Amino acid sequence: MYEVTYHRASSVSEAVKLAKAGEDSKFLAGGMTLIPAMKTRLAAPSDVVDLRHVKEIRGIKVSGKKVTIGAGTTHADVAGNAKLVRVCPAICKLASSIGDPHVRHMGTIGGSIANNDPAADYPAAMLALDATIITNKRAISAARFFKGLFETTLKDGEIIKEVQFTAPAKCGYAKFPNPASRYAMTGVFVAKGKEVRVAVTGAGDDGVFRAKALEKALERKFDASALDGVSVSASNMMSDIHASAEYRANLVVVMAKRAVAAANA
Amino acid sequence: MGMEGIGARVARKEDKRFITGAGRYTDDMVVPGMKHAAFVRSPHAHAAIRKINIKAAMAMPGVIAVLNGKELKADGIGNIICGWMIHSKDGSPMNMGAWSPLATDTVRYVGDAVAIVVADTRAQARDAAEAVEVSYKVKKAVIDPVSALDPKAPQIHPEAANNLIYDWELGDAAAVDAAFKKAAHITKMDVVNNRLVPNAMEPRAALGHYDKAEDHYTCWTTSQNPHVARLVMSAFYNVAPENKLRVIAPDVGGGFGSKIYIYPEELTCLWASKKTGVPVKWVAERTESFLTDAHGRDHVSTVELAFDAKNNMTALKVDTIANLGAYMSLFSSSVPTYLYATLLSGQYKIPAIHANVRTVYTNTTPVDAYRGAGRPEACFLVERVVETAARELGVSPADLRRQNFIKEFPYQTPVIMAYDAGDFDASLDAAMAAAKYETFERRRSTAAKKGKLRGIGMSCYIEACGIAPSAAVGSLGAGVGLWESAEVRVNAVGSVEILTGSHSHGQGHETTFAQLVADRFGVPMDSVSIVHGDTDKVQMGMGTYGSRSGAVGMSAIVKALDKVEEKAKKIAAHLLEADEGDIVIENGELKVAGTDKAVPWFQMALAAYTAHNLPSGMEPGLKEGAFYDPTNFTFPAGCYICEVEVDPETGSTEIVQFVAADDFGNIINPMIVEGQVHGGVAQGIGQALLEGAHYDESGQLLTASYMDYTMPRADNLPSFNVSTTTTACPSNPLGIKGCGEAGAIGSPPAVINAITDAINNNNLSMPATSGKVWAAIRSA
Repeated sequence: MYEVTYHRASSVSEAVKLAKAGEDSKFLAGGMTLIPAMKTRLAAPSDVVDLRHVKEIRGIKVSGKKVTIGAGTTHADVAGNAKLVRVCPAICKLASSIGDPHVRHMGTIGGSIANNDPAADYPAAMLALDATIITNKRAISAARFFKGLFETTLKDGEIIKEVQFTAPAKCGYAKFPNPASRYAMTGVFVAKGKEVRVAVTGAGDDGVFRAKALEKALERKFDASALDGVSVSASNMMSDIHASAEYRANLVVVMAKRAVAAANA
Repeated sequence: MGMEGIGARVARKEDKRFITGAGRYTDDMVVPGMKHAAFVRSPHAHAAIRKINIKAAMAMPGVIAVLNGKELKADGIGNIICGWMIHSKDGSPMNMGAWSPLATDTVRYVGDAVAIVVADTRAQARDAAEAVEVSYKVKKAVIDPVSALDPKAPQIHPEAANNLIYDWELGDAAAVDAAFKKAAHITKMDVVNNRLVPNAMEPRAALGHYDKAEDHYTCWTTSQNPHVARLVMSAFYNVAPENKLRVIAPDVGGGFGSKIYIYPEELTCLWASKKTGVPVKWVAERTESFLTDAHGRDHVSTVELAFDAKNNMTALKVDTIANLGAYMSLFSSSVPTYLYATLLSGQYKIPAIHANVRTVYTNTTPVDAYRGAGRPEACFLVERVVETAARELGVSPADLRRQNFIKEFPYQTPVIMAYDAGDFDASLDAAMAAAKYETFERRRSTAAKKGKLRGIGMSCYIEACGIAPSAAVGSLGAGVGLWESAEVRVNAVGSVEILTGSHSHGQGHETTFAQLVADRFGVPMDSVSIVHGDTDKVQMGMGTYGSRSGAVGMSAIVKALDKVEEKAKKIAAHLLEADEGDIVIENGELKVAGTDKAVPWFQMALAAYTAHNLPSGMEPGLKEGAFYDPTNFTFPAGCYICEVEVDPETGSTEIVQFVAADDFGNIINPMIVEGQVHGGVAQGIGQALLEGAHYDESGQLLTASYMDYTMPRADNLPSFNVSTTTTACPSNPLGIKGCGEAGAIGSPPAVINAITDAINNNNLSMPATSGKVWAAIRSA
């Protein structure tokens, strides 16, 4: 790790001020990506501004079907929230499948979606749940928020405060983990609300995306069998030492079926 | 067997300090005035070094020195050597290219060390290492061992034309050809043995300290064999004569072979300490471990097995290309030759065997012995081809094996080894019974109803441990002898110190070696200490690798214990006014057999040291040493059965059952032996399903972190069903065969045989990742 100046913020506005003062500042949420990158010298911010002690961005509120999750809420808190599991069990299951217990007690939902790792789990949930990402400056729909690999519409000095969504009637998540990193090699989140939305992470060569062909098939019948014989093209899938594009295209359908089965269970 | 003696499941003495974080590793060592080193490493797989500019680095805070290979050479430090001479079949010696500890003109793999930076802190050293400007002229690299032999491939060392190190053979080619001409059936396969990264939990580290006043060096290092390190650094690298060089390997967190070798870093730290006048410590980062710890395996082979009309094996033919990487590591040449081709007979009577092995340089990390070393590669070939032959011949894999088993011992194979003992039917029977092999088809149907493909595979492995005797390995090209030493010191209060040349880095010697003494003298284990890992304490030793510490290391202790016992009995007989032949040692006492006359062990020891009343002419004290040179290798063998369920939709494999029935000869501590089997099988399953080093075409290691290199984890593994059958080893006094590597040797073919059975496609390479299995299902 290179030398870095650490700041602990106690409010969002203080965090913004501290970040602005640094030459090349980074916000630190759970640190599950940033810290390893700094340790291996792949990231070298001049300053890190720690958001973990900003109370206003932590916590989960469930009011009827309306769900608000503070950006600083850890995966473990999402996974274990009793109110949330009643209205949207799939997001709790998703959170419980991230990393290991250490990661789940440090990593946060805001950190995950701000980083937009193409193999992270939460972006698929945000997209499928048609969530709104609330920052200190504006509200952004998930569809507009995620832009390709590790890119979002967040601007300098913009901090995610919370995410909001309406819990759908049914939802499910199925993930085939990369055997080494345990990130998603393919993760599929399906949600059936007013419409069926199917979002895929880990597989696309340009990050999280909606699988429209699968949505269409599931609109006709929200059942795993509706996807029998449906395939997705391998042409926009990622190919690497762990999995070919063809294999990932297969996993998209298989995981979608399992996610639907989980949603219907 | 007492509570603590031979055969007792004694909890490991060393675990308290390990699991409470109180172990003392090389990085825990602190010497006054100590500074820190970082290495400047090549980012290219193959390049000429044009210029090294250290100006910016030297100007950075805390930097004491930046030293390069030319300065090292100027001080007379020698090149890194390979300690086992192999001759090609035309009689020419192997083509060994020069390996300068710090590259002087050419870098040959990503991670090749170019310079060492010494600074006040580790972070300063690392910062300065990045500021060293090395100007490279990048050359084309070759990664794949088969392509490396192409005359048009980039040439890596001037000494090795076409990158060929040697072209070696073993066995009778004419006899094999004759048998193949008469064969009723031939099974032929192309087999790749995937390259593995050892991944010891503790990264390599070294602390070099030159004491100017004494003109003496001390090196703390992560070594499996500190005496060999001292010998090599003295005799070949010209660091210092042995009497002026002390090597200490304190607690070492895993080796698996990767810490046998003497690497550039420890050598360079010692030299840099003299050069700078400060003690110099280096600790590898995990990425450095991936890049520079010697890798394992990496063979490309063709195997052919011939049968007569009655399904008797008649001949085996093997052609192998082994990738040794960019430089020849210490024992690299012996792994694909004498540790590999000599085991190709497996458990079978095969009248004619021939193996041809070519080893090549590539622009990759050096490859050397890794848990099993040559034997996993041999076992994988033999057990894959036997299983495949059974499928082709339409006979049960168990029956085909059983029909061809060697049943009489000693048995001379056509490839040097003389198996001294074994009962292959017994381990096959035990494994099949434990695996409920007979009812497998029922389980297959049940799985099919759930949409799963269930398969079963077996592997009947044999391996060779305790490589020996010294004269024989010397005649085959080894640069060292492979004996072991021990010294037994009985203190005046009766406590016992065992000084051993073996080195424990996870094996539990502090427990098993103490059990040996407790068993022999009836003293509590707590009064027995095991001293190892320091060349100033133990006179000489060959270290721990090749599952040798039980068969060879403990045998040396037994020899020394014999001498102690003899003297102790003489003292006791004198004190008890009895005949020495009537003295027996029981429960911590030396007794006159059949009487109640006895002298406690501690009192006998005290008598030895007070020397007030010793037999006439006897020297005071009670301390004996011994060197033990075995008469033969030992031959652990066994049968592993793996049962898998494959999800045809995703290709993912679950190991639902894994049975190991091993014959390790006599066993000192069954719990430790089971632990060794668990660990070995976990590594073998890792190789079969998960692990594999990948380079891109330019020679960048793509799997240089745990994000991409898949280590086996608990949830990848079933609960193992392990048991033993026993034929005592006739070649050492304890009848021990060794258990450290068997799991890693025997398990990969069992796993692949099971998966290929499940998916009905035999064309599947390791690691059998879910993507590969899915593709194999589709092309079945």
